[in-house]
Amino acid sequence: MPKVTIDNHEIEVPEGTTILQAARMIGGDIVPPAMCYYSKLKTSGGYCRTCIVKVTQGSAKDPRPMPKPVASCRTFVMDGMVVQNTTSPELLEARKGVVEFLLLNHPLDCPICDQAGECDLQNLAYDHGADTTRYQFERRTFEKIDIGTKIKLHMTRCILCYRCVKVADQLTEGRVHGVMNRGDVSEISTYITNAIENDFSGNMIDVCPVGALTDNTFRFASRVWFTKPMDAHRNCTKCSGKAVLWMKGEEVLRVSARKDMYNEVEEWICNDCRYENKSVSQWTIEGPRHISKDSVISQNHYEHIDLQKLKLDINRQIKFQGGKQIEEHYSRAQFEEESKKALQAAKK
Amino acid sequence: MLTNRSKVVVNKKMTFMERIYLPAIIGGLITTMKHFFRKKTTIDYPKEKREISENYRGQHVLKVDEKGAERCTACGLCAVSCPAEAITMTAGERTKGEENMYREEKYAAVYEINMLRCIFCGLCEEACPKEAIFLTDRLVPVSGNRDEMIFGKDKLTEKHFNQVDISKRQTPEVLAFKQQKQYQHNK
Repeated sequence: MPKVTIDNHEIEVPEGTTILQAARMIGGDIVPPAMCYYSKLKTSGGYCRTCIVKVTQGSAKDPRPMPKPVASCRTFVMDGMVVQNTTSPELLEARKGVVEFLLLNHPLDCPICDQAGECDLQNLAYDHGADTTRYQFERRTFEKIDIGTKIKLHMTRCILCYRCVKVADQLTEGRVHGVMNRGDVSEISTYITNAIENDFSGNMIDVCPVGALTDNTFRFASRVWFTKPMDAHRNCTKCSGKAVLWMKGEEVLRVSARKDMYNEVEEWICNDCRYENKSVSQWTIEGPRHISKDSVISQNHYEHIDLQKLKLDINRQIKFQGGKQIEEHYSRAQFEEESKKALQAAKK
Repeated sequence: MLTNRSKVVVNKKMTFMERIYLPAIIGGLITTMKHFFRKKTTIDYPKEKREISENYRGQHVLKVDEKGAERCTACGLCAVSCPAEAITMTAGERTKGEENMYREEKYAAVYEINMLRCIFCGLCEEACPKEAIFLTDRLVPVSGNRDEMIFGKDKLTEKHFNQVDISKRQTPEVLAFKQQKQYQHNK
């Protein structure tokens, strides 16, 4: 079993593990970002180069460093390999360059885009990107088309990660869309509108890291951070039926698959679940979906109340009011018990 | 005891002078009369208006561009930044032929500010990526009805031929920033 050191964290991994997978086994801040790699899709990765890392020691046998940053999603670990990600300033600088390239032709239409708020590229640019662009030429533009009856394709936003192509290849039979042309004129297309009909084609929307493929039934319905994600399931003959309902009040605005911490789909869902069942009565709701606290969606603070923080707040207020008085009539224990009761009522 | 201003009430018997009340009443009237000859502290609004500061934050305006198309794209950043949660909106998709009405493919079909909730902090203006919403030096008209205080697009959007001047809200620094060529893509 090869041993690899990533950002000073040592881990032993099975043979044939990539650096990115090893980093994900360690977890935390040292995991390189990935735009095209998708652990659930075979042969994905190697296109976007956001996951580049610096290999300062190739292996125990051959300790020479690799001459250039390597794509961690496609590089296998060797015994005694030493990898730098966040600890190398020049690597971070190189990644900044990669992000600048990804954003060359990407329009600045986040205020319009339905993906804004849960967009991988938005997060990536925010964390690793430069504030400005040096590009002075016209951006390439495309007409938006309906690639399937329920899927809208904004080719201008696409970063050519090939994830949707892999989904069509590996989940459905008979892929009808792909990447046409070469170089800077390459585009995702079917050349025929409304061509994608397959039952699992909706998953293309979920794997798209940007807003290139969006749900037509959710188009401009609401911004994601005004909706509340709820875990729900239903009996479905085609798929697991486990999904996330994005609700506003009692209304289900959108249904999507459940995604893990790396924004990857846990279980694929079928188009029936995604598009056709948009009323609460058709689903069994399990509870609010946990969203990372850094996400703008958690701005909605729909989930749970942070007990620890609330207690601190209450104590601070008591102190501010000259706490002694309250304690005379009202013991601290009594007070805490009552606030707990109120919280439980609020939770329900 | 919360403050040291409280007085202890004593139920003592009043003297004759106190019982006839007249000196107290005359004393009160003298105070009232004095005020007749003082400078007034109130003004006769709306005939007269108080002087306000240059960057006064009053009623909002939804701007239109030089061609008269609405700038707002219903991105929701004003609503999410609003600490009073006074702003709500519903987006609509622009259809063909509406290009001179709305600037981008998405627009605010409904845009409402609850003026009773608004605290005029100006964060919506700061959050707006499209320079669509500004606070102006206009005062919000009062109303005896709560429903009337929810301002929709009819009250907020400016008319193309009668644009509201917001040049004072844009500092020279902001205008200089917009001149720079490398930020042109932000248009």
